[in-house]
Amino acid sequence: MSNNAVISQPVEPPQSLPRKTANIGYVLMLASLVIALFVPQFVESPSHQNIAILILMAAQMGVAWNIVGGYAGQVSLGQAAFYGIGAYTSTLLFAMFGLNPWLAMVAGGVVAALISIVIGWSCFRMKGHYFAMATIAVAEIIQIIFTNWEYAGGAVGLTIPMDRQGWDVFVFASKVPYYYIALGLLVLTLLANLLIERSYFGYYFRAIKDEPDAARSLGVNLRKYKLIAFAVSSFFTALGGSFYAQKELYIDPASVLGTGLSIKMALVSILGGIGTLFGPVLGAGILTLIDEGTRALFGGTGRGTDLIIYAALIILVAVYYPNGVIGGFKSWMARRQAVQSQVARGEHQ
Amino acid sequence: MSLLSVRNVTKKFGGITANQDVSFSLGAGEIVGLIGPNGAGKTTMFNCIAGYFPPTSGEIYLDDEKISGLTPEQCAHAGIARTFQVARTFTSMSAQENVMVGAFLKNKHVATARQVANDLLEFVNLGKFKDKPAGSMTISEQRRLAVARALAVSPKLLLMDEVMAGLNPTEVKETVEVVLKIRQRGISCLIVEHVLEGIMPIANAIVVLDYGKKIADGTPQAISNNPQVIAAYLGEE
Repeated sequence: MSNNAVISQPVEPPQSLPRKTANIGYVLMLASLVIALFVPQFVESPSHQNIAILILMAAQMGVAWNIVGGYAGQVSLGQAAFYGIGAYTSTLLFAMFGLNPWLAMVAGGVVAALISIVIGWSCFRMKGHYFAMATIAVAEIIQIIFTNWEYAGGAVGLTIPMDRQGWDVFVFASKVPYYYIALGLLVLTLLANLLIERSYFGYYFRAIKDEPDAARSLGVNLRKYKLIAFAVSSFFTALGGSFYAQKELYIDPASVLGTGLSIKMALVSILGGIGTLFGPVLGAGILTLIDEGTRALFGGTGRGTDLIIYAALIILVAVYYPNGVIGGFKSWMARRQAVQSQVARGEHQ
Repeated sequence: MSLLSVRNVTKKFGGITANQDVSFSLGAGEIVGLIGPNGAGKTTMFNCIAGYFPPTSGEIYLDDEKISGLTPEQCAHAGIARTFQVARTFTSMSAQENVMVGAFLKNKHVATARQVANDLLEFVNLGKFKDKPAGSMTISEQRRLAVARALAVSPKLLLMDEVMAGLNPTEVKETVEVVLKIRQRGISCLIVEHVLEGIMPIANAIVVLDYGKKIADGTPQAISNNPQVIAAYLGEE
């Protein structure tokens, strides 16, 4: 995983192999951002635009999950709880109290982050698999609460009125504004990840993931930094949830609090490359295309086909690319460069 | 005046007494060896000093401040650094990044921490490995990396748990040199060690534990002639 290291050391003198990989990374990053900016110009069909938005949304969720699950190594399988809390908070504030939806979105993020600290306070007493199971349980409880909470629409859910449109109400008839907002959210979440990765937080998170006892001996307060990772992750997850609500204009417990959603957030990262900046983006592209592809191919009769393919992919990744697609690509690059430098040395001799 | 003072520490795990009424002290700038047969309670003593276990009774003071009962991270802030029997390297990081994690205790700036890390890697003769994935280093290198990482928190006292175990004679010699350089920096060392030929020549004092009790302390020479110690190690005649 030395490549990870390199991304966070831009000022170091050029180190032939890892440095090159990092540069390729930056070029790819800029190129994909530019391409992403022009996608709506070339993709005119609203349904295709919708797929692009879905990819961005899945990527944003995965990148947010990656903060706690990837960098800090605390596999939460209950992040849908915060997606839902974000969606419900902003929808209630906007639809019922008429708060500006952008402010409501931020409020949703803050509420989710605060609740995550309360939940994390107890769940972080557990480690590893036990922590993961605890987060599933908490997310289930939250889903049940919302299903039975009449004020929040109960099982029927909440609707956002579409009587007005525009940037001030965050409601649009066209898919294009949603696309750019989703892209903005993804870039924002990626930037947050990048800042974490580059600062001491990133080092502490990875230390906690690798060897928690050794991290303690170096003065790292495990619970404090786990909670920070959890809260930041939950904040951004909640922004994704609020965006979902504004895009669909309708939320119910199943769509924003379901266990499947939590699994998807983790899966996107695991498939693409856990603990890497762009892994979840790649994973989101692959998973969403499988999702939509099987839906288009098999329609209603093919229900569950995507899950079969997911399962096969997880097995393949776990067996052949435990570091995800990005990890696999990086080790392939490293091997190729090693061979090249061997060849180069051979010529000098 | 002593830097570390262990006063009547007893540590029990259920019915088992790992340390019983152990007292010793360590002066500033000293190297003290903590030796004893397997199961004598050396590592338990270590964990009590570093905050991993609270003593059942008794107190531990560092610079006249009570540190027994503090958490490991509080002990690190108080000035105690440690290494582990197994190196516990952060395997997803490079050697440099491993040391940086320690350096962040005193300074949260990445560039400063990187500088501190580079200096310390040079100090333990790992300078050329700074970009190497830490998980791919040899045991001896990882042990020295752990020492560099512990030094990065700028401790007053460094606890080293079997830094020489399993090393070949050349590696033992390298490690001994590093320990002597650490003392030159004014950092005291408490070393749990099985490799007696490594620790005896460099220690200012030796504390011997057996069955959880302190059976002797004194200069290395006095210890190696002490009949009780010989009995504990070799059995009685």
